Amino acid sequence: MAISRDEVLHVSRLARLALTDDEIERLGAQLNAILEAVGKVAELDLEGVEPTAHPLELVNVWAEDEPQPSLPVDEALANAPDREASFFRVPPA
Amino acid sequence: MGTGRRDMAVIDTLRLTAEEASGLIERGDVSSAELHRAYLDAIAERDPELHAYLTTVAEPRGDGVPIALKDVISTKGVETTAGSKILAGYIPVADSTVAARCRAAGLPLIGKTNMDEFAMGSSTENSAYGPSHNPWDPERVPGGSSGGSAAAVAGGLAPWALGSDTGGSIKQPAALCGLVGLRPTYGTVSRAGIVAFASSLDQVGPITKTVRDCARLYEIIAGRDPADSTTVELPEPVAIPQAEDLKGLKIGVPKELNEAEGIEPGVSEAVNRTIELGRQLGAEVGETTLPRSVEYGLPCYYLIAPSEASSNLARYDGVRYGLRVGNGDIRAMYERTRDEGFGDEPKRRIMLGTYALSAGYYDAYYGQAQKVRTIIRDEFDAALERFDLLVSPTSPTVAFPLGAKTDNPLAMYLSDVLAIPPNMAGLPGLSIPCGLSEGLPVGLQLIGPQFSENLLFRAGHALEQALEFDTVPERLR
Repeated sequence: MAISRDEVLHVSRLARLALTDDEIERLGAQLNAILEAVGKVAELDLEGVEPTAHPLELVNVWAEDEPQPSLPVDEALANAPDREASFFRVPPA
Repeated sequence: MGTGRRDMAVIDTLRLTAEEASGLIERGDVSSAELHRAYLDAIAERDPELHAYLTTVAEPRGDGVPIALKDVISTKGVETTAGSKILAGYIPVADSTVAARCRAAGLPLIGKTNMDEFAMGSSTENSAYGPSHNPWDPERVPGGSSGGSAAAVAGGLAPWALGSDTGGSIKQPAALCGLVGLRPTYGTVSRAGIVAFASSLDQVGPITKTVRDCARLYEIIAGRDPADSTTVELPEPVAIPQAEDLKGLKIGVPKELNEAEGIEPGVSEAVNRTIELGRQLGAEVGETTLPRSVEYGLPCYYLIAPSEASSNLARYDGVRYGLRVGNGDIRAMYERTRDEGFGDEPKRRIMLGTYALSAGYYDAYYGQAQKVRTIIRDEFDAALERFDLLVSPTSPTVAFPLGAKTDNPLAMYLSDVLAIPPNMAGLPGLSIPCGLSEGLPVGLQLIGPQFSENLLFRAGHALEQALEFDTVPERLR
């Protein structure tokens, strides 16, 4: 199944990547080659096989509901590209 | 120092194992700080050629054997980039659990090692900061994604190191650099504070010169962590291996893992010689089969890992940390930040994963891959019913020249075709050096059931003693 240029653009928007025209060409061609290779999984008849999402069969791992110290605000904001008071500052929507 | 009685020449960083270094410290022959200095001196001498490190630490803290950590491991106060431009300048405000455990064990940090961006790659050529080079031949790659850690240990720039392995990223560089590398059982080592790639597969583990060093470092980092709910207690304490025989062990040779297309003849020869050696050491060796795990393992991995990556890497949005590009409106800021901050490989995988998870394709790709994962797990379970351990080459080839596979992502992915299948099943794998082909190291992969690390250490150590592989690269002896 080949993936069209429009689909590449659509997926790049879903992934919030502003790809350049050159990247759309190059990554699009590579994606097609990779999808052709990984699409091999479709050959197998896996009717009735349960999916594995995780290698260990852990169920309901709970933590005690006890308050713990939080990261201080200044530390949480220490790597922020922009801040104002105790908030992350972002451009307008 | 100062008395001149102690001889600093004892610190041959190329040869010194972590265990020997620990002995030197205990006997008072050398201090931890002097060792740290010796490694920094070696870095000054050889790292311009190898580029194993992204950051070094001038002021050691701790009184034990110094260590290098892959740059995917968050270190409080020390820049952590995961090999990406999008995290340039990022200084964690907290240690990852593994870094904290190394610190608690007194291991001073030498520095942070180079890696493929976000651990995506098999050569370190995807690092935003330039590739590392193989100490055995600097024209060749050290493997990846933990190539910096492997180059550091093989090049005498660290006595031991931690890497991380999602689809072979510890085992393969250890193999290509002639070292021991353990990908632990999923869930035995905390992922808290590790820059996430594919959460159902990521696992931190040691890269060392010897199996005993590997076991010692695993003992320091393994165990349940309340900060990572996917971790579990080890069912038994780590046993540092001593036995030099393989009596009573049944070793299976899976046909598909040993006869896969693309395995170089020299690699097969070294592995087959080692299997024969295992027989001489008392192991019972037999052939077994993994009918679909090798053929479908790589496709399965390249659907599941990118799908998880596309979700994990959504956090790089220019808001809370890392790069921000543009200030027009917020959506444009997200998109430009991500386009300029990520290199080609993360972009490919984000795109692939987003596509595989998108409406209309989910069942055919991601859902189907999860079912294949069940098949792979069942096949390994069946083989490990009959055998204690399985063996194969770690990688189909020895270290390849820089640039040889950079234009063809699929060719690069094939470098992990033998390392990936057991990872999909959550199984531990130990790579040990087992010989040379064309003057370059060949790795042997030992695979066991979940939580069988002690058995892997025992078998790896016995083979290592019999093989007498010299981990110092020939050109540096």
